Amino acid sequence: MSRVTEVQVGLASCGIAAGAEPVFHFLAKNLASQKVRVKPVGCLGMCFSEPLVAVVTADGERFVYGPVDVKKAERILEEHVRGGTPVEDLLAKENGFFAKQVRIVLENCGEIDPTSIEEYMARGGYEALRRVLREMTPQEVIEEITKSGLRGRGGAGFPTGTKWSFAAKEKDPVKFVVCNADEGDPGAFMDRSVLEGDPHRVIEGMIIAGYAIGASEGIVYVRAEYPLAVKRVRQAIADAEARGFLGRNILGSSFSFRISIKEGAGAFVCGEETALIASVEGKRGMPRRRPPYPAQSGLWGHPTVINNVETLANVPWIIRHGWEAFARYGTEKSKGTKVFALAGKVRHSGLVEIPMGLTLGELVLEVGGGIPGGRKFKAVQIGGPSGGCLPASLAHVPVDYESLKEHGAIMGSGGLIVMDEDTCMVEVARFFLDFTQKESCGKCTFCRVGTKRMLEILTRIVEGKGTPEDLDVLLDLGQKVKNYSLCGLGQTAPNPVLTTLRYFREEYEAHVRDKRCPAKVCRSLLTYSIEPELCRDCKLCTKACPVGAIVQGSGKFQVIQEEKCIRCGRCREVCPFGAVSVR
Amino acid sequence: MSTKKSRTVTKRSWFKEFKRFPRHESSVIPLLQLVQEREGYVPPDVVRAISRYTGVPEAQICGVATFYAQFRFQPRGKHVIRLCQGTACHVQGADAILEHLKEKLSVEEGGTTEDGLFTLEVVRCLGCCSLAPVMMIDEHTYGRLTRRAVDKVLAEYRKEEK
Ligand SMILES: Cc1cc2nc3c(=O)[nH]c(=O)nc-3n(C[C@H](O)[C@H](O)[C@H](O)COP(=O)(O)O)c2cc1C
Ligand code: SF4
Ligand code: SF4
Ligand code: FES
Ligand code: FES
Repeated sequence: MSRVTEVQVGLASCGIAAGAEPVFHFLAKNLASQKVRVKPVGCLGMCFSEPLVAVVTADGERFVYGPVDVKKAERILEEHVRGGTPVEDLLAKENGFFAKQVRIVLENCGEIDPTSIEEYMARGGYEALRRVLREMTPQEVIEEITKSGLRGRGGAGFPTGTKWSFAAKEKDPVKFVVCNADEGDPGAFMDRSVLEGDPHRVIEGMIIAGYAIGASEGIVYVRAEYPLAVKRVRQAIADAEARGFLGRNILGSSFSFRISIKEGAGAFVCGEETALIASVEGKRGMPRRRPPYPAQSGLWGHPTVINNVETLANVPWIIRHGWEAFARYGTEKSKGTKVFALAGKVRHSGLVEIPMGLTLGELVLEVGGGIPGGRKFKAVQIGGPSGGCLPASLAHVPVDYESLKEHGAIMGSGGLIVMDEDTCMVEVARFFLDFTQKESCGKCTFCRVGTKRMLEILTRIVEGKGTPEDLDVLLDLGQKVKNYSLCGLGQTAPNPVLTTLRYFREEYEAHVRDKRCPAKVCRSLLTYSIEPELCRDCKLCTKACPVGAIVQGSGKFQVIQEEKCIRCGRCREVCPFGAVSVR
Repeated sequence: MSTKKSRTVTKRSWFKEFKRFPRHESSVIPLLQLVQEREGYVPPDVVRAISRYTGVPEAQICGVATFYAQFRFQPRGKHVIRLCQGTACHVQGADAILEHLKEKLSVEEGGTTEDGLFTLEVVRCLGCCSLAPVMMIDEHTYGRLTRRAVDKVLAEYRKEEK
């Protein structure tokens, strides 16, 4: 057994939430005097098994433990770090989680100390920048990126090289590179994990973009709700400046570039590029008509390249390994990999990076480990509130821009929510529409009023007051909102409704015709009752009921008075004998 | 999250704090953020100071401030509860937790309890979807919430008060 040299603790936002800090302090305190380094790292990806501790040996072997509390950390310390024997029973069970993953964007995430520029450099960091400045013309950089086939990871999938070439062509001496870290999808955390776990990679990508288009200023536009990411980026910028990777005459070249941070202020629409620009300029974040595209006329009228965090994080890798290496992964039109935040009803909820072209089924059932609790895989919501719900019957569909679009969803920025038979598709559609409706900036009538009307209809349906005609109105209105909205928010807002109507129409019909919610989610449509044969008369439910709807039955059992019941489900939660059923 | 009484700040002292920002429209949002960070909310009189400093009309500043969800115009309670209603939390039943919190605290979203102890806010994704449903109280995160777990946490904060 080779000597242990390093112990890593996942201290991204979710690691901290799961209780990794006490584990880190315990290990740091106990190993302070030894030759073993204890360091904080970002997201290891296996969020489902947190808190995570990785033990690295002198010959580079890595053992990941999880979930670890202080007690288990004690054993790892004694048996593995000091004793040299891995603690088999505490190792995190990955069960095929990594087998189909390819890590380009996440190559360092969860393995390096994100506050250390040295660690980033030891893994080839800033080599791409050096190469670009010494050996390549801006034109050659753009060609390399174009040939790699890299497309925007922020949603629309626009070819990155082409976008850069538009901005490069402009004669304006003032140009900007903006990194879009607004990550508005409510239920996604890819960009945040990259910024928290490997911030230099994004900074390096931005500098290279600046060189390619001839910009001397970069802005990271980051969600204000991401304080840790802001902190990491701020430090990364300062460290890069100190090393001469940012500032005047970078690495002795004639190229100068600086980066500042702008914190968003909590408006989903500001992720849209023209709204983002308005917001940076200090205005209300309202989108405007394109063209002109920001690459021609962006911030204060100057050419501005706006790229997503993950897009930029791919750039240094492509330069270092060459476009061929990148293009080897993926499909004909979608090259490379995509990072997804897997969540919802899935065993391995966490951060994954897969080659484009893997099927949805492989992603959910193999990488994701399938559905917990023996439930049935029902659907995935891909692309967040702008995306679509695809049913389990489309598990063979490959994850690439075109295939997803063809089936009514979008690649989006990487939020992927898995749903099982206990999820009501009508209610999920209502949830997303409620979100987009609130976030509409209000400029376009159809987006502002149309989504509101659609939401009213959906609310009616989940409350059991819908009619079959409502479904046709939804379809019609949805199409109109799509067609007559100015920006991507309105144009995509109906997608969750339209796709669920397309793939789960029978569920809508059960709601409007039979006044029944097949997934047993929509409260107004449920009936709670107690099975007298199963009830042991313990009266726990009676005590739990907030409205006193449960009374003694005509024997040793309790009964629910339907007219009083508000269908809160508490009786069912507390019954130790499973005697409360719901229909 | 300061609970200190808003200092009686004169226009002049704000100007001193504003100094590291350019006197330009693009500073409006960063200045509002700075004020909120210091005071916990945006007091009406500061809008005038920002207007004087940047040369942007007060009405426009109010327009900007109300557009963005981040800005608040009322002081917050001692502890801020931020309950996640993102997608992952939603499919794990976060709406029931929201209802429970509203009932327990007798407040609506964005409201502050009568005793000034808690403000209830709703956010979208706290970045720990694997622990859904999730809430934060001040800097502390609580995951895998149930109604019972919520009761326990609230009781702890209340006990601390006494
Ligand atoms: C409503 C809306 C929200 C958006 N939110 C984001 C976001 O959070 N992050 C992002 O990178 N792109 C977002 N976009 C896409 C951006 O407008 C833009 O296409 C993208 O940042 C370009 O970068 P890319 O080419 O690298 O993908 C959003 C678009 C719309 C319409
Ligand atoms: S589509 Fe909606 S969000 Fe976009 S500009 Fe129109 S009203 Fe605003
Ligand atoms: S569902 Fe709620 S209101 Fe109805 S009987 Fe059970 S505990 Fe009482
Ligand atoms: S492993 Fe902790 S954030 Fe993913
Ligand atoms: S959706 Fe609640 S933490 Fe992500």
